[in-house]
Amino acid sequence: MTQQIVIDPITRIEGHGKITIHLDDEGRVSDAQFHVTQFRGFEKFCEGRPFYEMPSLTERICGICPISHSVASAKACDAILGVRVPETGAKLRRLLTYGQYIQSHALSFFHLSAPDLVLGMDSDPAKRNILGVLEADPTLALDGIKLRKIGQEIIAGFTGKRIHPAWVVPGGVNEPLAEDHRKTMLASLPEALEITLRTLRWFKASLENHREEIRTFANFPTMFMGLVNDEGNLEHVNGKLRFIDYKGNIVADGVEAADYKTYIGESVEPWSFLKSPYYKPLGYPDGIYRVGPAARLNVCNGCGTPLADQEWAEFRSLERGPVMSSFHNHYARLIEIVYAIEKAQELLNDPNITSPHVRAFAQPNYSEGVGVVEAPRGTLFHHYKVDEEGLMTWANFIVATGNNNLAMNRGVLQVAQRFINGNSIPEGALNRIEAVIRAFDPCLSCSTHAIKNPSFPLLLLAADGTVLDKVRI
Amino acid sequence: MSKVLRIATTWLDGCSGCHMSFLDLDERLADMAPHIEMVYGPLVDAKVFPEGVDVTLVEGAVATDEDKKKIRMIRDRSYILVSFGDCAVTANVPGMRNQFKVKDVMKRGYLENSSQNPELPSIGVPHLLDRARPVHEFVSVDVFLPGCPPPTEAILYTISELLAGRVPDLKGKARFGA
Ligand code: SF4
Repeated sequence: MTQQIVIDPITRIEGHGKITIHLDDEGRVSDAQFHVTQFRGFEKFCEGRPFYEMPSLTERICGICPISHSVASAKACDAILGVRVPETGAKLRRLLTYGQYIQSHALSFFHLSAPDLVLGMDSDPAKRNILGVLEADPTLALDGIKLRKIGQEIIAGFTGKRIHPAWVVPGGVNEPLAEDHRKTMLASLPEALEITLRTLRWFKASLENHREEIRTFANFPTMFMGLVNDEGNLEHVNGKLRFIDYKGNIVADGVEAADYKTYIGESVEPWSFLKSPYYKPLGYPDGIYRVGPAARLNVCNGCGTPLADQEWAEFRSLERGPVMSSFHNHYARLIEIVYAIEKAQELLNDPNITSPHVRAFAQPNYSEGVGVVEAPRGTLFHHYKVDEEGLMTWANFIVATGNNNLAMNRGVLQVAQRFINGNSIPEGALNRIEAVIRAFDPCLSCSTHAIKNPSFPLLLLAADGTVLDKVRI
Repeated sequence: MSKVLRIATTWLDGCSGCHMSFLDLDERLADMAPHIEMVYGPLVDAKVFPEGVDVTLVEGAVATDEDKKKIRMIRDRSYILVSFGDCAVTANVPGMRNQFKVKDVMKRGYLENSSQNPELPSIGVPHLLDRARPVHEFVSVDVFLPGCPPPTEAILYTISELLAGRVPDLKGKARFGA
């Protein structure tokens, strides 16, 4: 470890992260670390607060997936109350979740990764952003902006607020869905579907331009985890956990949220504020697994909606077993948008979606509760303990991005080994190292809180500290 | 809107929600594109904060030694600094840890709630300040734009006023919490 390259900050991701790459004496990549440098302390400062505040408080963990936090939190609270959420309340949580999937996946695909996919990994960094895409391919950029807007408008259709609506509550949701909002939401979906299918066609046709990225973006065997429903199909809100091995064999199925600790351990890496969960029966670090869009499509038996099922079958035919390259998260993300739109249409046409029975009331009846959902980035756990008065005494969160931490670290190493050789580093190589992280669409403010030193250029240092190469962007 | 405004945005200890509220301009972002240049921020690939930025929007509280260094450097390089959202204006959510000792907050996360290698991260990660504090406690702030997150319309108004060379008057346009 005589030389180091530091990429700081990683751009076009949510939150604070940096990467250190270690080179040996011959200039070969020997190790790589992905640092998350933000720490927020939610697990501690929740202490002493009433548990029913948690859904609106934990929304503030992340401005991109607040809905997932509020639903996971509300599910933990439901368990503390010991209630069954009324049918319409449960459907509305689901509808809200699909709105979030549309906006969050659109953000990841169009605003964060399209600059690499449309303009190229080696393109001019000064233009490599959504405004650059807007110049080069206005239709695609505007499609992305519109799609994200449609998702955000579904969320706002409930509360008038797109971000942190504080609308999911213990026992259900705050208010029934108004008929006029139902109509507006429904009317926006055909355009969303058109945009997504158009983008999916374009993306599939462009796959061959990314052969090297597909080959090296965290393309190695690991386990996968995700929720599935009673039929074993794709699930984001309810359902139970399934784990598969790298060949696609189911190794654990029907796992209840409350039993997560039997299957998942959490390890600390000294170089990151983000912990690294692992599959406990295999131990650390052999129990490496992945979550998120591609993982969900890998673990499920199908989607259960017509268009998404078709796309799912094509996706799964990419490989004989589970799809291994994390580059394909981009692909899976588009398929999940199709699914979210189809499911939202189904729910909005459901005759009792506007029913006023949306919330069950109770006192806290249990001292502990676990809630799990699939957030856009992967499986998310909220685990709470409360005292007699319902005040929080303890909390644990396993955030979506954490589940991918071991795989992201290994993925960075794989890409670095492929694209960095010797003493000169092309800027495009560094961008690819960031792009593998983007493929996971991490949410690092969820994790903790990362910090960066923006006045720090990228340096390649020799053992004596002299600068061998410098990339200033 | 005639001249090109050089804009930077950054997040310190925040949740990205304020930035998302900015993106909620939707198609109006495209309309604005010819009038602004995004010179630094999470959505663009610049690694170094440039000199002579016209307007910088800062989301989040100052929570670490690196935030502190960064906000001072940003102040030096920005003509107008906007405290963007409640976390920047009051420390809001990040400030909720202030009632506990940093040591105890870290202990919960990394020693108690872990089953392998319990230790406090220390390599390549910043040092947490005892308390997360609002931006204006470290540097002078020109415009306060409250909200959690600030409403998109208030963001648009702020940028449009600055583009027109006026100091935005945000009375009635944004408030805490909402
Ligand atoms: S003010 Fe609200 S939206 Fe903005 S960073 Fe803080 S918690 Fe997130």
